[in-house]
Amino acid sequence: MTFLLIEQVLNGLQLGVMLFLISAGLTLVFGVMGLINLAHGSLYMVGAFAAAAVAAYTGSYLMGIIASMIAAAVAGVLIETLVIRRLYGRDHLDQVLATFALILIFSEGTRMVFGSFPLYLSIPALIAGPVTLPGGLQYPLFRLVLIAVGVAVAVGLYLLITRTRLGIQIQAGEADREMIDALGVDISKLYTFVFALGAGLAGLAGALVGTIQSVQVGMGEPVLITAFVVIVIGGIGSIRGAFVGALLVGLTDTLGAFLLPKATEVLFASADIGSVLSSMLIYILMAVVLVLRPTGLFGGTT
Amino acid sequence: MIPERLFNWGLLAALLAFVIYAQAADETYWITLSTRAVIFAIAGIGLNLALGYGGMVSFGHAAFFGIGGYAMGILASHAQGYTPIVDGWVTVNGTQNMLVIWVVALLAGGFGALLIGLLSLRTTGAYFIMITLAFGQMFYYFAISWPAYGGEDGVIIYIRNGFPGLNTMDPVQFFALTFGVLTLVLGLMHMINRSAFGLALNAVRQTPERVETVGIHTLRLKLTAFVISGMVTALAGALFADLNKYVSPAMFSWSISGEIMIFVILGGVARLLGPLVGAVVFVFLEEVLGGLSEFWHIYLGLLLLLVVLFAKGGIVGLLTRKEVRHG
Repeated sequence: MTFLLIEQVLNGLQLGVMLFLISAGLTLVFGVMGLINLAHGSLYMVGAFAAAAVAAYTGSYLMGIIASMIAAAVAGVLIETLVIRRLYGRDHLDQVLATFALILIFSEGTRMVFGSFPLYLSIPALIAGPVTLPGGLQYPLFRLVLIAVGVAVAVGLYLLITRTRLGIQIQAGEADREMIDALGVDISKLYTFVFALGAGLAGLAGALVGTIQSVQVGMGEPVLITAFVVIVIGGIGSIRGAFVGALLVGLTDTLGAFLLPKATEVLFASADIGSVLSSMLIYILMAVVLVLRPTGLFGGTT
Repeated sequence: MIPERLFNWGLLAALLAFVIYAQAADETYWITLSTRAVIFAIAGIGLNLALGYGGMVSFGHAAFFGIGGYAMGILASHAQGYTPIVDGWVTVNGTQNMLVIWVVALLAGGFGALLIGLLSLRTTGAYFIMITLAFGQMFYYFAISWPAYGGEDGVIIYIRNGFPGLNTMDPVQFFALTFGVLTLVLGLMHMINRSAFGLALNAVRQTPERVETVGIHTLRLKLTAFVISGMVTALAGALFADLNKYVSPAMFSWSISGEIMIFVILGGVARLLGPLVGAVVFVFLEEVLGGLSEFWHIYLGLLLLLVVLFAKGGIVGLLTRKEVRHG
């Protein structure tokens, strides 16, 4: 039981850090540009497909991962300059609709190129097998690698935003757009960069998660909605909030699915009630946070 | 350029004429398509009250659409299986009477909207959009993991539910019924827009602070509108399930929320018949483009993108001259 529990906690962490990779871009784009981007899930999908295609072509998983970030970032720059840029001043309704339209275009476009059948990425032999953790627990090495990548990206992002000139400009962009424009920062280049950064992270997440699940059209949207739950819990615009929210959601979802059916089995002699409840658990968590702190755990007053 | 009122009457007449022609030409499929458009329009009219008049951009109306669908599915499946829904101190039986199903759908949809509204209306703007989207998804997962009514497979109803005095299995009679419901809902919306409640709602969208200062409880006002909006969309859900004789978790999916929003936007936000125009255009595109290419959603996406970027008043806005209250 303890082993199982530790395994589930690790799974929860792994889901959490992957959610962070997706939420980070979403929350940055919202914080800096004030844009709600539904097509973020499409960038996740683009990354996954690019990884699957390039890995199959070159035979190298690493090349696939690099391709996922590049492809998603390029797609990000493309839609930012063609469409998204026109939406910054618009109200949220227009942003939602235009980016919803982008989802339709991306999904169908991908279906046209790759077909409706799922693709699979195989884990390279070097990191494929299980590893024995201290205490004797066997755990897939690849999932540990995912956790490490997620944490590394989080640290990198933290350093980028707090320690570099670019990061300071991003922070300033969140605080006062007109002012940094007036101070001579090329705001439109900054916006494109932030968008591409978020897109690249989403693409990376798509490739990594696509490796343990599958790569298919429509994979991005459920993840996108979960990422919304994450940033509502964490507070829109806050990277730290996204990190804490992502871990909370990842752990709640995984542990809920593991523990609740067992609990209701004992209490009401029915595991079904538990599995129904656990499917709703992260939304209930979001509702609780909304009641206590409508602007999220780390959100300012908006 | 024609006045919007004339356009509205003309559109309703044209739809009726089309169905009468289809009946005369024995084109049952066209009648079914028209029924589909009318039901979508009712769902859109529901959303239009929240989104267009109330300024509450809900991306979770599939929740109410699905609740309506499942109200029908649950009641009718128990009726056709002769099993009671509740069998304890009281016995509650299913029914295949549409009137009862509609009442249950309206109540359930209203209750769902009350819960979601109470939580979501604590926030505005982007938060509100994300939260309604998330709660919609919650209902989707709930329906999938709930094994009692088919889980992922949903529920099939063998015979369409009955309405006193009508043979609902006859496509044209079922169309007439949904068209009747549409007319009632349109009448209700027209009354709401003209009423003090509607005017206040409109004012809340534009300047909430001012309305608050006058002494109107804005949250209660918005919540009321949201609940009515959810009820109307739930009614459409019950009709849609009856049209297909089938209900499944797909009715709760986020893309349905997006499509209901498309009906409103394509037609024109905060215009009485906007959702009907949008739904008719949507069903037409689905049929024509869907026949031409398996990937018709890509064209729908491009069209939507063009409407959002360049045609703010939607189709009704392009065709009629009056700039209606929206701003």
